[in-house]
Amino acid sequence: PPGSAAARDPFKTDEPRTPYEDVTTYNNFYELGLDKEDPARNTKTLKPRPWTVVFEGEIKKPQRIDIDTLLKWFPLEERVYRMRCVETWSMVIPWLGFPLGKLIERLEPTSRAKYVAFTTLMDPEQLPFQLTDVLEWPYREGLRLDEAKHPLTMLAAGLYGKSLPGQNGAPLRLVVPWKYGFKGIKSIVRIALVEKEPETSWNMAAPREYGFYANVNPEVAHPRWSQAMERRIGDLDKRPTLMFNGYAEEVAHLYAGMDLRMFY
Amino acid sequence: MAASEIPRGAGKLGWLSPAIVTGGLAPAVVLVIRAARRDLGANPIAEAMNQLGLLALVLLVLSLAATPLQIATGWKWPIRIRKTLGLLGFFYVCAHFLVYAVLDQSLALGAIAADITKRPFILVGFVAFVLLVPLAATSTAKALKRMGFARWKRLHRLAYVAAILGIVHFVMRVKKDLTEPAIYGALLGGLFLIRIMDVALKRRDKRGSMRG
Repeated sequence: PPGSAAARDPFKTDEPRTPYEDVTTYNNFYELGLDKEDPARNTKTLKPRPWTVVFEGEIKKPQRIDIDTLLKWFPLEERVYRMRCVETWSMVIPWLGFPLGKLIERLEPTSRAKYVAFTTLMDPEQLPFQLTDVLEWPYREGLRLDEAKHPLTMLAAGLYGKSLPGQNGAPLRLVVPWKYGFKGIKSIVRIALVEKEPETSWNMAAPREYGFYANVNPEVAHPRWSQAMERRIGDLDKRPTLMFNGYAEEVAHLYAGMDLRMFY
Repeated sequence: MAASEIPRGAGKLGWLSPAIVTGGLAPAVVLVIRAARRDLGANPIAEAMNQLGLLALVLLVLSLAATPLQIATGWKWPIRIRKTLGLLGFFYVCAHFLVYAVLDQSLALGAIAADITKRPFILVGFVAFVLLVPLAATSTAKALKRMGFARWKRLHRLAYVAAILGIVHFVMRVKKDLTEPAIYGALLGGLFLIRIMDVALKRRDKRGSMRG
């Protein structure tokens, strides 16, 4: 759990970091295989350079940009976040990246922009499991504009001070620490500001089980398992899951008045 | 008929049952060694539970394959290892449940009870486990004699129910991809089909012989 109120810094938890080895070998990245160990093994086909990202939709400056240029737009900062998977395990990861809000500001959204839609690379030669139909490819995710602009929300290009390995979503991925891990879309090629709530992959696959919001919430069970407890990778005992993954103080106001059982 | 279905003492294939026991327990030994070497990945408890559950399902389906295999081929040896396979499957079901109760839930009985009653996925697995207990308890020749073959056979049909529940449990556990549980489901369906066809053929033969 987070330290005392005085020492509290949501951007750098003082909890022990999950070892690099575990962070990079225990992954859900279905485009590279379904078992947790598969993505690390199969990542060789994914080529994070050259890489371009497209910004489009309700913005004044739509553009297509090379990843290395993009990474020079903002200073990269380290943030140590808890990551809670919907499957009831969790990690503590030092990410390297920049706030998504800064990028959005630079793109100058129009007044119609209400949501942000993200898309993963679609290329079965690089992501071979896109030839299967486990999910509808490419992987898609989305955030409400205020969630996207929240200072905790970041685009990460690295972890533990190094470039992201393929299995963790090279070269660019989303990190939203108060939401379940599947919101953290990997290997992003497109970011669009949009008017309507965008389609998101797990919601399309099983709408009753995975909502658009996917906020970590110990009180709202997954239909098939409880979300009250989690196992921190490396621990034997489980620990209670915290509301909004321990970031309630920072983000609870975004959902004031919303029934979180309905908007799960 | 009853006598022919009961595996008797060590005949020509006396080595078969010990070989199955050894082979069947080998994955458990490998698992223990991997656990001792901290070689079960980042989430060792989940990995152990998955492996034990999968082994339980494979062995239960194999034990259910014995009779259909005998029907299809006329071979006698599948029947001789049916009980061994079933008991090995039960062993893995127990190990799977113990890892869940002791390691995953730290023997928190309240949490386990809540899990079983509130989570259909846990409930289904638990019922499969409970159904197998009387089958394991009546797996001896003595129990069979005491019950009489007809009753014993009726009781042991529960093995099919347990296997079906095991597959449902598997289906409900995966986040989305159904390939693996579907394979076991298809296998079990195939075995079921052989038995149904066999019954149907026997009935037809019976009617035929009565007319003739």
